[in-house]
Amino acid sequence: MSDITIYSAKKIITMNSSRPEASHVAVRDGRILGAGTLEELATWGAHTLDTRFADKVILPGFVEGHAHTMEGSLWSKVYCGWFDRADPDGKLWDGLKSLDAVVDRLKAAADVLSDAEAPVSGWQLDPIYMNNTRVTRADLDRVSTTRPVGVLHASGHIMNVNTRALELAGLLKQGINHPGIPLGDDGLPTGELKGPDAMTPVGAHVGFERNLLDADEGGLRNFAKLCVRSGTTTITDLASRMDGETVEMMLRVTGEKSFPACIVPLRFFMGLPAAELIEEVKRLKGLSTERLRMGRIKVVADGSIQGFSARLRWPGYHNGAENGLWYIAPDHLAELYERALEAGLQIHTHTNGDQATQLALDKLAPALQKHPNPDHRFTLQHCQLADAAQFKQAAKLGMCVNLFANHHFYWGDEHYTLTVGPDRATRMNACRTALDAGLPLAVHSDAPITPLAPLFTAWGAVTRLTASGRVQGEQERITVAEALHAITLGAAYTLHMDGEIGSIETGKRADFAILEQDPTEVDAVALKDVPVWGTVQGGRVFAAADL
Amino acid sequence: MSEPLPVTVVGGYLGAGKTTLVNHLLRHADGLKFAVLVNEFGALPIDEDLIEAQSDDLISIAGGCVCCSFGSDLTAALLDMGAREPRPDHILIEASGVAMPSAIAANVGLQEGFRLAGIVVLADSETVQAQAVDDYLGDTILRQLKDADLIVQTKTDLVEAPDAVTRWLSARAPGVSVLQAKQGQVPRDVLLGLETSGQPSLSSHADASFESHVFATREGVDALELARELAVGGYGLVRAKGFVRDAEGQVQLIQIVGQRYEVTRFGRQMPVELVCIGLKSQLSTARLKALLR
Repeated sequence: MSDITIYSAKKIITMNSSRPEASHVAVRDGRILGAGTLEELATWGAHTLDTRFADKVILPGFVEGHAHTMEGSLWSKVYCGWFDRADPDGKLWDGLKSLDAVVDRLKAAADVLSDAEAPVSGWQLDPIYMNNTRVTRADLDRVSTTRPVGVLHASGHIMNVNTRALELAGLLKQGINHPGIPLGDDGLPTGELKGPDAMTPVGAHVGFERNLLDADEGGLRNFAKLCVRSGTTTITDLASRMDGETVEMMLRVTGEKSFPACIVPLRFFMGLPAAELIEEVKRLKGLSTERLRMGRIKVVADGSIQGFSARLRWPGYHNGAENGLWYIAPDHLAELYERALEAGLQIHTHTNGDQATQLALDKLAPALQKHPNPDHRFTLQHCQLADAAQFKQAAKLGMCVNLFANHHFYWGDEHYTLTVGPDRATRMNACRTALDAGLPLAVHSDAPITPLAPLFTAWGAVTRLTASGRVQGEQERITVAEALHAITLGAAYTLHMDGEIGSIETGKRADFAILEQDPTEVDAVALKDVPVWGTVQGGRVFAAADL
Repeated sequence: MSEPLPVTVVGGYLGAGKTTLVNHLLRHADGLKFAVLVNEFGALPIDEDLIEAQSDDLISIAGGCVCCSFGSDLTAALLDMGAREPRPDHILIEASGVAMPSAIAANVGLQEGFRLAGIVVLADSETVQAQAVDDYLGDTILRQLKDADLIVQTKTDLVEAPDAVTRWLSARAPGVSVLQAKQGQVPRDVLLGLETSGQPSLSSHADASFESHVFATREGVDALELARELAVGGYGLVRAKGFVRDAEGQVQLIQIVGQRYEVTRFGRQMPVELVCIGLKSQLSTARLKALLR
């Protein structure tokens, strides 16, 4: 008989509707024996009473349904964001409020490098908050003229580089004619590179390797630390190319006894024809372990709203920009849906614009008639602009949605004034409407696009505050209880994992978020500030302070 | 330094016949070494009987041709092809069905050592008009057609009135030549440009719908102005290539595909003559003669 540990807590919020609260939880073999009173749990027999959480509040470990492990890798570069952000080691980096401050931080990073030609790379620059300042190579030449310097924007779609980087990439020349490479009065590139096409040739010279989608080993370990610090015990990697080496590395690292999270990587749809993709994902599914759960597919249907590459229905972009781009041919999407349903595999589809969402709905309906699969749980990811009719249709089709609640805070003001205008900005990431339509709901950070912090994401869905402090779309706010459900059972449901995680009840994996305060007792506006002590994952205790 | 490697972008929606066209070119390569870049290895990008060997990301094709998938990194794939031994003679990029060919062409333009030989967009006679009014696809299809230097209208044998489709295509992309083709059969020189030798080899294709003429050009021309006039002046040219001598006695190479023109200084003395190719029904031979002589 294995050992039983019973943890006492100030309060346990179980998310199990049969028994929403408890004072104790019993764990054996990494799984939950039960939640209840000490007396009830003691009936299981000999146990150890562990009181270290006696003054803490325990919730089910948070489930992040849309993030990218590359966040872990990015922390090896210089943080240049506008907002304060904690790194994997818990160090809080101040947000940088001017271009001078960005240059200074990059210069400080350059000064400690011994190799005089080594690149300096930064990430998360967001000139939107600096009155849309156009950063130029002259600005970054102040960091260094001898080493290449490159800074990735928060959107991930724009990069600024210095003169040396352009030189190394062979782009410091007259006569360049490329929509992603603006030229200065001198006829030379300004150093701004827009879109992957323009970024790729230079990226390799400034420390942004070609395959940004996959985390490296150090990045994966960093990513796991961020999970512990945010109370997250299960997290998706949406998506990974999952080449042989990456899969081998992920299996090895997540298999280590001390690895504190369950990673759910979705295979990116590109690179293989539909039939072969299905076979490959079936194979990967078979390789899954307790902490690396493969066997799902991620499809990207369109681009981003702030990049004007999302596909919008009439009347299109508020500023008159041309409609965005398809990242998959509609017929290709239909084929993937059919084959995945037939094979019993799940697809999560990135749809930012409402036309992309409509395409997904239109293609799934006939595919389901061909291959009925009532529990497919195909999930719309981001789905930022969907209206009530689309949410209702998605619900009828048995879909789930994972809305980008954080986006609303970080770029809500810009959507209001520039991209889609007041009316549609008000309904973006409409959590209330989605729930009212009966849709299983998750909310997400899309880390590294915004920081991994499920309590912040829940706060975003509850308050709908934008960075300028406006409530945008108060009718779309949801309750704290609904938001906490979305970051636990809700997200677990979108992964077909709600039977094993997402609540604290008998039989489930012993995954807990250990909090210093009760998120249901604090003011809703303070939800994001509830301190996280750490996690328990599979019965193993991880204190953020010990990482 | 060797001459820039010509690159042709082949665009158009799924089913327009891109793969058929590429295979037709490979089948009739006549010693020309093609490197074909496809977005990804879809359901067999190359006819099976042409394949000599295949690995994860490279297919070796009879006659020294190759095909490779570039995924999200076209730049790397281009550089790899440019560095291959023996060097390919021409690179064909088969764009994905929803890609904007002009965006791919812009990337080609960034790389030293490569030259855009043209954007060829394929349109399926049977479906293109319906696609153009499709809620999801319409704007993508129209943008692709506008990107074209040449439009190849495929599957003409499957519709009753192919000429009506041709007229419709011409109206969508004013000034762009629309070539009708069955099974990807368009003369190679028309599709990809004339080889550097400058001699048109149309006769070998015995294609009745095209004609070509060689014009000796007068001395002391403004090459750029002449090239622009040839490209946009409504002479019915599909392709033109040749040499002129400017007022300083410098030889300039003129290359035209549709409305795209390019003038580059040529280091050696060459006979100043221009090869012009167009559809028989459209080529204004008399006007060309008047312009060039």
